[in-house]
Amino acid sequence: MFGLENASGIDGAVLVVGVVLVEAIVLYVGYGLLEQVFGPAIVDAVSGK
Amino acid sequence: MTMELFGVAASLLALFAGFGVLIGLLFGFFGMGGSFLVTPALMVMGYETDVAVASGLAFVFATSVIATLKHRDLGQVDYKLGVLMIAGTTAGIEVGKLGLHWLQDIGLADTVVSVIYVALLGGIGVFITYTATRGGGGGISHDAEGEGDLDDEDIPDVAKKIQSYRIPPMMSLRGGISVSLWLILAVAFATGLLSGFLGVGGGFIRMPALFYLIGVPVPVAVGTDLFEIVFSGGIGSFLYAIDGAVDLSIVVPLLAGSALGARLGASATDLVDEDEIKVYFGVMLLLGAVAVAIRKGGEFADVPVLQTVSLVVILGAAALVSGAVVVSSVRALRSEYGYATTTAD
Repeated sequence: MFGLENASGIDGAVLVVGVVLVEAIVLYVGYGLLEQVFGPAIVDAVSGK
Repeated sequence: MTMELFGVAASLLALFAGFGVLIGLLFGFFGMGGSFLVTPALMVMGYETDVAVASGLAFVFATSVIATLKHRDLGQVDYKLGVLMIAGTTAGIEVGKLGLHWLQDIGLADTVVSVIYVALLGGIGVFITYTATRGGGGGISHDAEGEGDLDDEDIPDVAKKIQSYRIPPMMSLRGGISVSLWLILAVAFATGLLSGFLGVGGGFIRMPALFYLIGVPVPVAVGTDLFEIVFSGGIGSFLYAIDGAVDLSIVVPLLAGSALGARLGASATDLVDEDEIKVYFGVMLLLGAVAVAIRKGGEFADVPVLQTVSLVVILGAAALVSGAVVVSSVRALRSEYGYATTTAD
């Protein structure tokens, strides 16, 4: 994935762990924003409001 | 023709993202790390043992980073204890990794890791089911907000006995505790060994060890454990990634689904009392143990269909319990709204 299928060695490991770290931060921020924007509407829809 | 995204089959990405949502929802709701279901599930799916362990460890690293961001800080951390533990844990992970590769070379890794997982999932499943049926909490999560120390009578005799060995050098920790450096390193090494060998965060061993064996207060144990997992998860992933064992086509979608599921699970705790359905969670872990055993039994007996049965059992159990969480939450939300409109009328 992302051309890193065969990543190994020190450089490859830095890239792989870096991708995981960046994804974790992006997901935290991204899902946080989505929750703020769409959260209330989804709760209303689910609760039948 | 198979549709691909980023060079990976879209169906595989969807499978892992979906499984991630279930894992995140369950473990976000019950306040635990989900790693000890990820590695066995990957093994049940037929991945090589080192890939399952390495990818599980990378998943642990990412979820601990998100947990740290969520709490804005690591909580009450004893940094001296944390750094000492990182040293012991890193050594443990490396030994665990070497042991796994050695077992893989002689063709026994899958069997040994499977047997350990059957015992681990079975043990934790029995413990949670037992405590849930007796009305207990069944563990301490990173969301725990305890303030104090354990009462002396809560500490098991074996822990008191181990604490009484005062082999120098002695280290002074937060809260005026003095403990042997060797005990700290032994606890860290043991949990690192588990991480490196099984791909788990090890918090279910480390946290009880921190407050029972080392004697740190519960909030410090929780904060130091999270600090530990961020670093040891990162170091463990790195060590395995050097060998090319971390599979991003597993970790990336699994994490994307899990981070979403964890938000849903954490929100559901405001609506549903986790103790009411914790018994199902315990049963699900027991079914996880059964699934790993079925798969291994199928291999020995040369009955390939048991591979599919084990996959259905582990995914089905996760889907059923997370379904129960969602249904209970929706019911609670609707009754809350219904109650609000009734009283407003």
